[in-house]
Amino acid sequence: MVTITPKTLDEALEFRSKERMIPFAGGTDLMVRRRSWSGTSPHFEYPVLFIGKLPELKKIAVAAEDNILAIGAGVSLTELLEHPEVPEILKQAIRVMASPAIRNLATLGGNICNSSPAADTLPPLTVLSATLVLQNTASRREVPVVEFIKGPGHNDLKTDELLTAIHIPVVKNNFYFYKKVGTRKADALSKVSFAGLAQTSDEIITEIKIAIGAVAPRVVSSVEAEAFLKGKPISDLPKLLPELKQMYEEYIRPIDDQRSSAAYRKEVSFRLMEHFITQLK
Amino acid sequence: MGKRIEFTLNHQKVSLETDPLRRLLDVLREDFELTGPKEGCGEGECGACSVLLNGRLVNSCLIAVGTIEGQEITTIEGYRDSERFKVLDQAFADAGAVQCGFCIPGMIMAAEALLRKNSKPSEMEIREGISGNLCRCTGYGMIVEAIQLAAERGAGLW
Amino acid sequence: MSADINIPVQKVDHREKVTGEAAYVADIKLPGMLYAKTLRSEKARAWIKAIHRPELPEGYFIVDHSDIPGQNRVKIVINDQPFFAEDRVNYIGEPILLVVGPEKQILLEIMAQIRVDYQDIPPILTMEDAETPDFQPIFEDKKYFADYQITKGNQEAGFAQGKFIFEEEFTTGYQEQLYLEPQGVIGVYENNQITVYGSIQCPYYVRDALMQAFGWGSERVKVVQTTLGGAFGGKEDYPSLIGGQVAVAAYKTGKPVQLIFDRSEDLEVTTKRHPAVIRLRSAVDENFKITALQADIRYNAGAYCGLSNVVLQRGMFNIAGVYQIPNIEVRGRTVATNTVPNGAFRGFGAPQAIFAIEMLMQIMAQKLDLDPLEFKMKHLVQKGELTITSGTFRQEVKLPELIAAVDQISDYRRKTNEFRSSKEKALKGIGMSLFLHGCGFTGSGERDFIKSQVKLRKLPDGKVEILAANTDMGQGLKTTLRKIVANSLDLPIESIIYQNPDTTLVPNSGPTVASRTVMIVGKLLEEAALKLKPRLNEPGEVEVVENYRHPLDMQWDDATFRGDAYPAFSWGVNAVEVEVDPRTYEVQIKGIWSAFDVGKAIDDRIMRGQIEGGILQGLGFGCLEKMECRQGKIQQRSVTDYIIPTAMDSVKMEHRLIDNLYADGPFGAKGAGELTLIGGAPALAAAVSNALGVPIHRLPITPEYLMEVVKNGKAD
Repeated sequence: MVTITPKTLDEALEFRSKERMIPFAGGTDLMVRRRSWSGTSPHFEYPVLFIGKLPELKKIAVAAEDNILAIGAGVSLTELLEHPEVPEILKQAIRVMASPAIRNLATLGGNICNSSPAADTLPPLTVLSATLVLQNTASRREVPVVEFIKGPGHNDLKTDELLTAIHIPVVKNNFYFYKKVGTRKADALSKVSFAGLAQTSDEIITEIKIAIGAVAPRVVSSVEAEAFLKGKPISDLPKLLPELKQMYEEYIRPIDDQRSSAAYRKEVSFRLMEHFITQLK
Repeated sequence: MGKRIEFTLNHQKVSLETDPLRRLLDVLREDFELTGPKEGCGEGECGACSVLLNGRLVNSCLIAVGTIEGQEITTIEGYRDSERFKVLDQAFADAGAVQCGFCIPGMIMAAEALLRKNSKPSEMEIREGISGNLCRCTGYGMIVEAIQLAAERGAGLW
Repeated sequence: MSADINIPVQKVDHREKVTGEAAYVADIKLPGMLYAKTLRSEKARAWIKAIHRPELPEGYFIVDHSDIPGQNRVKIVINDQPFFAEDRVNYIGEPILLVVGPEKQILLEIMAQIRVDYQDIPPILTMEDAETPDFQPIFEDKKYFADYQITKGNQEAGFAQGKFIFEEEFTTGYQEQLYLEPQGVIGVYENNQITVYGSIQCPYYVRDALMQAFGWGSERVKVVQTTLGGAFGGKEDYPSLIGGQVAVAAYKTGKPVQLIFDRSEDLEVTTKRHPAVIRLRSAVDENFKITALQADIRYNAGAYCGLSNVVLQRGMFNIAGVYQIPNIEVRGRTVATNTVPNGAFRGFGAPQAIFAIEMLMQIMAQKLDLDPLEFKMKHLVQKGELTITSGTFRQEVKLPELIAAVDQISDYRRKTNEFRSSKEKALKGIGMSLFLHGCGFTGSGERDFIKSQVKLRKLPDGKVEILAANTDMGQGLKTTLRKIVANSLDLPIESIIYQNPDTTLVPNSGPTVASRTVMIVGKLLEEAALKLKPRLNEPGEVEVVENYRHPLDMQWDDATFRGDAYPAFSWGVNAVEVEVDPRTYEVQIKGIWSAFDVGKAIDDRIMRGQIEGGILQGLGFGCLEKMECRQGKIQQRSVTDYIIPTAMDSVKMEHRLIDNLYADGPFGAKGAGELTLIGGAPALAAAVSNALGVPIHRLPITPEYLMEVVKNGKAD
């Protein structure tokens, strides 16, 4: 199969516009999913576009005027961990992702575009209200991460586009909680992953975000439930719990698979939710 | 399909014409007869194929050789003559860290990558540093000790 | 060498392994070598009606049962398993044929073009299926490959004395050996002789399998071990199957043929630890003494017998654990199902049984409101008492010392009470397991089947070569056997040679299994060395031979399983401390302590490696390593899904060794390799039970299982 290594982003987008190609950044997911017998090349049905080294995709910067942290899609997970501006909740998720060797290759853009229901960066990016910059040769659009993912392995990336950057608004939150329930302590896939952010003032919730991964085809988040919690006094939270759970009930639809059971995933999702909101002060 | 790819392998410039999608692991083992990197799983989970890419630990089974144009690859074969290796070698011997040996070339590369970043790692940092390198024989304790020992003895080397 | 034998030395194979120079089978390329890929059954049970083959390009071959010159049956215990399926398949993944040739990509294309027409037969997918009358049995007209019984004392009388009766069922799942080096072999045919090189635990087993496959004498068959990247029992019988296949392929093609498994293939089709269902019934009298034990043990053998019956025997002989129970009745069955055949894995049937009895002891103590350890200690076997098979414990049983040692380093007694009553957020628990392992082959196996022979050859340059068929798979045998000979001869270890075995060069000293090698083969070498010692100064070559002699006082009846099942026992005590997350039920291991009586360690550092590696495998069996078979298909087919512990899942361990010299072992040594795996899972289960206050009936103890148990009092 043909492979192309463009030198610049413009060149890469040019190739994307001409024919269907498979963008290949760190390759840590693609090389596994498309692997064949040891000693033979992995199988790709379209030409492969190597974008992992594009300098435009390797930057991390804070745009001061609009208070946005812009992370290039080709930044590796290790580079994110090493950067001081990356939000702690995202770092927490990355620290327990895969292994050091994989984090050295895997990119943030790759984890998003792989669009696995168990992708570990998606719950933190969701609660951080991250948006994705999608570019083709002619235009550029920005899509919230929650809207980008359409289902397991499916997303809104058009065949002529590339995900070039992830934008995270720099916002202060006084509470965050991240918990990955994996198959083991390291180098593990998620059974459930939970991310929560909140801002409180005078014992009133002024802002709250909750996202749960690996329990539905897409990351679970509910604008309705978050709106319901906003403005509520913290002391009311315990008694609001049953109603809150009810609001998430229809979204948390896990499966039984080789890693865990639906019943466990659902129960743990609720327990972590309870733990998060009862911790707020 | 074949393309000419140049990179630095164990401190020497090399060049070959091959399918850029081939796994670096296969290229190392078949084209360069470097059989130190092993295949234990073929999906980046066991770490037996670990090598260094520009000084960072990677799984060579997950790398398409076309992506390493101009980069620097180090395998156990290119590392075993170094002063640092001598320290690790003796520490692994003294700690009794080697049983079947299949994970060891990868484990040594993981130890080097770790010590390069952190010359005085704690026990937990060592466990984290080798968490992508599976060993089924030792229970890890003696490997962790070996790396601790190497860090102590190799003061100044890393 | 004349210092104490247990003082550690640098392992003789350290350097070649640490530098990456050691050649494992996948590292070997022979001139003109072809690759092989296996076409496997996609059906759990079916007739093969037809196989449609494409036209093969020049230089490519298909090898199947019709190419086997001799008998298409793998020689293991009973001749039921074919090298290649003939007219039917019995499990998903059963080999049907090999595609062989020089280019792997082309082999894949040929594989994709082969079509097999199947006619389904209703498969026996579970042990429950096998009990229903709806299915045609797989093995002759029997549901079981074996249905054994052992009896000690008088069962009825024992239960009549009981005031309290207990009945519990325990289940354990598959465990995959997950040696880091996947299975692999190379076949070569030249000069009228077949040679198989490979990752082989027992070269003579493969040789015997080849002789049967070809119908040839031993002079035309040669098996050579390559550096083993771990085995743990998984390369005990399986290489006989694939060794036979590549040998036939090499014979047909006239070229060397290499067969290396991908990990997913290895996980799906190779032998594993038997899933088990164990029902125990027991009686305790008013003085809290156990008066009777009744056990019903079923191991899922899979579609072919393999070593399953022998594995089952060890399970049965371990079902009373380290406890003196006067009246025992055990029924054991290996159930034939249309699933992947199971086999040997370090512990060989004992880990399932020891888990069951240890949990039963725990549950009985809790229900009787007794301290579990005190209850166990009240029943410890002692020297001179009868074993479960009515043999005799001949050596002093140092369990009290082992328990005291572990209690001292772990603070078990204090913690167990403190954790039981604690109401902290993170739930802490500590558990202790007591266990034993019978060393060596069962009963008269060494005398009647193995008949070990070793040789020592003094070379003209003064070096001494060990000629034996035993393999170093990482456990350090190359070092320990050399140490034994070096110490016996008062020579430096550098003067002793021990090569990877080649069956045409070394005598059959038996397989490297059953924790027998240091004890049995080591003893033969020690004796050979003592014979050689006075002749070391003779010029030229001197060779001495030593043959196995059975201990005269060992009696065994293989028909009734009565007598001394093992010549000696090794003993162990483990303590494990855990913390259970009350929200997610994730179990975190916080401490691991152990003490062992292995007679005498031949090398303290190698022994430590055996201890720490064995315990972590046992803990993996206990809480992480889940493998399921659904509709005949193994679900966890990658290392991503079949989870073994990483360095982050373990902690620093501490252990003690207590010497208890055994006269028939070299320098007093007994078996050690398997023992170390057995106690991890039951100690962990006891710790979880201590933390949560619920009984544990199942392995692995996953968070999913714990959530069910805490919610319902039991799991579905």
